[in-house]
Amino acid sequence: MTTILNEGDSAGTTGAAQGSPVDAAPDPDKGTSRGRLVLRRFVRNKAALVCLALIVVLYFLAFCYPLFTQWTYDQQDYTSFLVPPGGTHWFGTDKIGTDMFAQVMRGLQKSLTIGLLVGIISTSFAALVGTTAGYFLGWTDRSLMWIVDLLLTLPSFLIIAICSPAFRGKTWLIFVGLLAVFQWMITARIVRGMTLTLKEREFVKAAKFMGQPARRIIFKHILPNMASLLIIDATINVGSAVLAETSLSFFGFGVQPPDVSLGTLISDGTESTLTYPWLFFIPAGFLVLFVLSVNFAGDGLRDALDPSSTKGRRKESKRKALGELRKAKFDVQTERRGMPAPQGEGKHR
Amino acid sequence: MPEHHTAPLLEVAGLHKHFPIRGGLLTRRTGAVRAVDGVDFSIEAGRSLGLVGESGCGKSTTGRLVARLLEPTGGAVRYRGEDIAHASRRELAPVRAEIQMIFQDPYSSLNPRQTVGTIVGAPLAIRRTGTASARRARVRELLATVGLNPEHYNRFPHEFSGGQRQRIGIARALALEPKLIVADEPVSALDVSIQAQIVNLLQQVQRDLGIAFLFIAHDLAIVRHFSHRVAVMYLGRIVELADRAELYGDPRHPYTKALLSAVPEPDLGTGDGEAQGRNRIRLSGDVPTPVDPPSGCRFRTRCPSAQAICGTTEPPLLPVPTATGQHLVACHFAEPLPAAA
Repeated sequence: MTTILNEGDSAGTTGAAQGSPVDAAPDPDKGTSRGRLVLRRFVRNKAALVCLALIVVLYFLAFCYPLFTQWTYDQQDYTSFLVPPGGTHWFGTDKIGTDMFAQVMRGLQKSLTIGLLVGIISTSFAALVGTTAGYFLGWTDRSLMWIVDLLLTLPSFLIIAICSPAFRGKTWLIFVGLLAVFQWMITARIVRGMTLTLKEREFVKAAKFMGQPARRIIFKHILPNMASLLIIDATINVGSAVLAETSLSFFGFGVQPPDVSLGTLISDGTESTLTYPWLFFIPAGFLVLFVLSVNFAGDGLRDALDPSSTKGRRKESKRKALGELRKAKFDVQTERRGMPAPQGEGKHR
Repeated sequence: MPEHHTAPLLEVAGLHKHFPIRGGLLTRRTGAVRAVDGVDFSIEAGRSLGLVGESGCGKSTTGRLVARLLEPTGGAVRYRGEDIAHASRRELAPVRAEIQMIFQDPYSSLNPRQTVGTIVGAPLAIRRTGTASARRARVRELLATVGLNPEHYNRFPHEFSGGQRQRIGIARALALEPKLIVADEPVSALDVSIQAQIVNLLQQVQRDLGIAFLFIAHDLAIVRHFSHRVAVMYLGRIVELADRAELYGDPRHPYTKALLSAVPEPDLGTGDGEAQGRNRIRLSGDVPTPVDPPSGCRFRTRCPSAQAICGTTEPPLLPVPTATGQHLVACHFAEPLPAAA
């Protein structure tokens, strides 16, 4: 009867390590032990830790780059045009003599913040809308899903083009809002579907039975159980937000010259990929580095949050969550093209 | 609250639950699944009532109605004389502490993302009973009560076996010192070897703490082992309700007889078990749909001794004379038929 089915690597150590301090001094908040556990599991994942450190370093570099170089992003060196990396210009210069290192760092400032903010905002908004719709059903569900469907069918660029005069010249943070507004809908539908399933699980029924209010059930029981999906979705959104920002900049707002973002640098450098490769590969490399770090750090967080994850199961659960996301996004795309979605997310119940 | 010593702890009268079937263009109501259709029973404090029946007969729904996970369509659920059938969440709060539930599937009744301590302590935390450290101590005590190591406080459900998980569920149900526990098939998801342990644990809990039980199961042997009284359900109604010894020793309803005769018994080498006075009653056909139950007696379509009256009049649940205790049967021919018996 005392068989422990899955004595994961953490199980033995947590019991032993946490047993005694808890006895000695019961700390007031039960949540702390869970928080500490998550932290410990995260720290144990070396790849995630390194990537988190990398994000911090990137942030530090992006904001403190003037300490390392005499050049600024809007200053031209008229003695050197299109110089390859090395010497005084570490990452080379572009065709008007601007230092690439300064530009890339300046671009990182924008892109790091845009990417992370959009990822977090759109995913949390999707989680909020999806769980609310799925949990309460009825008219709440119908009206929320109606908004989702409406936003999915409306061409986002058209709306942004119409709105753009209103935003012109304002802070680029408006951008973050705009990007987030058009990224949350598909996830919201997936989240709603998962809420419908989770709602039927007995532990949610038990919580309801104990008289927990709906808000607490959603935050304590439903959201934690779809954390894998939400984290993966957020990390994917980070990358796509950085690139989407480029195309929005093309429409003439947000990051405008002489100011730069990684997105604008990459799109400017595209045509010189083969002739002056540093113009393209250096900003693109930083983007890849950033997105990869976010992905690995997200994975680490996901595994740390999932109490049952072991090395073998990690990949499995990630594959599942990814598959679900891809399928849903594919369904929506086919639907948008006027084709019937192959067994899409149920719109209404 | 007036408290009569004679009054039962829980009294259920004319309980109905109909689930609407919606269909058509404007999601009109086109019918209803009559899952529970006029159920009466009562449970005295500290006693246990077993509720048995086939799948889909409405026994789980009855349990959920009693625990007020569902709101009844009609009828009354009186707890200590107070009707809670349509009570709001706020009105239910004091009752919720005294009625608890044990769920069927221990793999789905515990949140995989919470530690055992959080799960078991949740009822206490919701009511803000005592300080956090007092709650902690209480949870450890509960874990010990159900036979788990209190050191398992910070572990997660997936580290436990099915039986251990069900023990965690029981500890959670005991947290608020309830007076009544609704156990919805608490062992049917477990291995047979573990079932006995859990049933014994429940029995011990029931004796030591004087908790009344509504024990829902489809396994007649387990109900016999556990319950003081047993009710047999068929298609949303109770067909027979009697003390354990009565029901198993002298079943009166043809459905109960059929159920009891279907229990396999070990044939200890005589080779002619069927000939030893064990008349196996084989029921033909399927359970009719609860959307449109048969007229009159619901069991008549499968009853071996159905008569014309069974199709026209629904037999009420009435007491029949017996040697001991109370024996209620809903059958026109429940009176001993000397020839047939």
